[in-house]
Amino acid sequence: MVAAAVLQAGVNAFRRSVTGELRGPLCGMGICFECRVSVNGVAHVRSCQTLCEHGMEVRTDE
Amino acid sequence: MSSNAFDVIVIGGGIVGAACAAECAAEKLSVAIVEARMIGGGATAAGMGHVVVMDDSEAQFALTRYSQDLWNELRDELPRDIEHDACGTIWVAVDDEEMEEVFRKQRFYSERGVAVEVLDGQALAEAEPNLRPGLVGGLRVPGDSVIYPPCAAQFFVARARARGARLFVGSAVETLTREGVRLRNGTSLSAGVVVNAAGSWSPELTPGVSVKKRKGHLVITDRYPNFLRHQLVELGYLKSAHSVTADSVAFNIQPRTTGQLLIGSSRQFEVDDSRVDVSIVTRMLARAIEYLPRLATLSALRTWTGFRAATPDKLPLIGPATVAESSSGPERPFAAGHEQLYLATGHEGLGITTSTGTAKLLVDQILNRTSAIPIPPYLPSRMAPETTARA
Repeated sequence: MVAAAVLQAGVNAFRRSVTGELRGPLCGMGICFECRVSVNGVAHVRSCQTLCEHGMEVRTDE
Repeated sequence: MSSNAFDVIVIGGGIVGAACAAECAAEKLSVAIVEARMIGGGATAAGMGHVVVMDDSEAQFALTRYSQDLWNELRDELPRDIEHDACGTIWVAVDDEEMEEVFRKQRFYSERGVAVEVLDGQALAEAEPNLRPGLVGGLRVPGDSVIYPPCAAQFFVARARARGARLFVGSAVETLTREGVRLRNGTSLSAGVVVNAAGSWSPELTPGVSVKKRKGHLVITDRYPNFLRHQLVELGYLKSAHSVTADSVAFNIQPRTTGQLLIGSSRQFEVDDSRVDVSIVTRMLARAIEYLPRLATLSALRTWTGFRAATPDKLPLIGPATVAESSSGPERPFAAGHEQLYLATGHEGLGITTSTGTAKLLVDQILNRTSAIPIPPYLPSRMAPETTARA
């Protein structure tokens, strides 16, 4: 999963809330939406529900 | 006089009732606003919130144009939470037949002094890069805007209260009385004028009003700033409107100031159930994705429904409540014994736009003044001859 790869890379700030707070994975099962990242230019993708692919561009802290 | 005596009682705290109350209070009339649930919580909260000029009929054009001008006069006073966005509308044409409609609309608007711009396929693609390739063109109406309606209703109520209006929230009107209204909690209010602005509930208080519920669905997405720049509407509804099926969907999408996308629209008659109908939402989204393929990759946050207050001729009812007897008898007031019952209802999908004009036309009638636009097309009495003819 993308979430696991991001954490393994040492990043735990996945995104910022509307009010600017740092957020990261909480439930790990697609319910809480806290682990959203941009994948290949598409915002708000749940990283805990998305399989890694070669060449995938993942952006955090957006 | 008791403290519960007013010049005007407005029933309904949706955007139409709220605007009427603010306008009455601005004319130094003493006003009571009665809202059964919450201010701006019915169709006002469920709808999209466009402030648009429309051309289905001359009367619809006159009222939407007048109302949009009134909104523009308010512009500098609107609080930030109303999220006023002068994004403009683009009517999107998929083929040459729809492009003919673009040119017809261009003539109609131009002849009446509304600025519009015809876009060819390339200009359309530049204006909205997320539209699918191959579209024929469109008509841009730069004067149209989008607002967040529940806060607009609260804004009008706050204006009314600042001018002395009193608010009664949480208890529905049980019945109209000779003196005014009685609420379900037992409170009686009296007034010289009672305005039924209860939207799709208005026939419950005033039986015989030509208003029916027309159900709609909407979907809102997460925040995707800059995905869209304009409100987009398909021209194809002109063709689909001829189909015999009761349920119809048409592509309409708005960019919100939050970056969210509000996706519509659907229309269903004779459906009282407020639950989300997944088959309708699926059709509605499929239609939207035909126009904006990348929508399919975005996340929706919420889906909901609401009920428009629809009239047979798609124009609202603004003025004294009168109706024909079931036989070809004489006209009489709806509420026996009540001489001064007015209607401000039946705004269907245009109540956000036309709330401002409705308030003016209503107050003009209460104060016996001449209005800025001709009022006969909106008078409830227009429905009476039709009823009589069928009897």
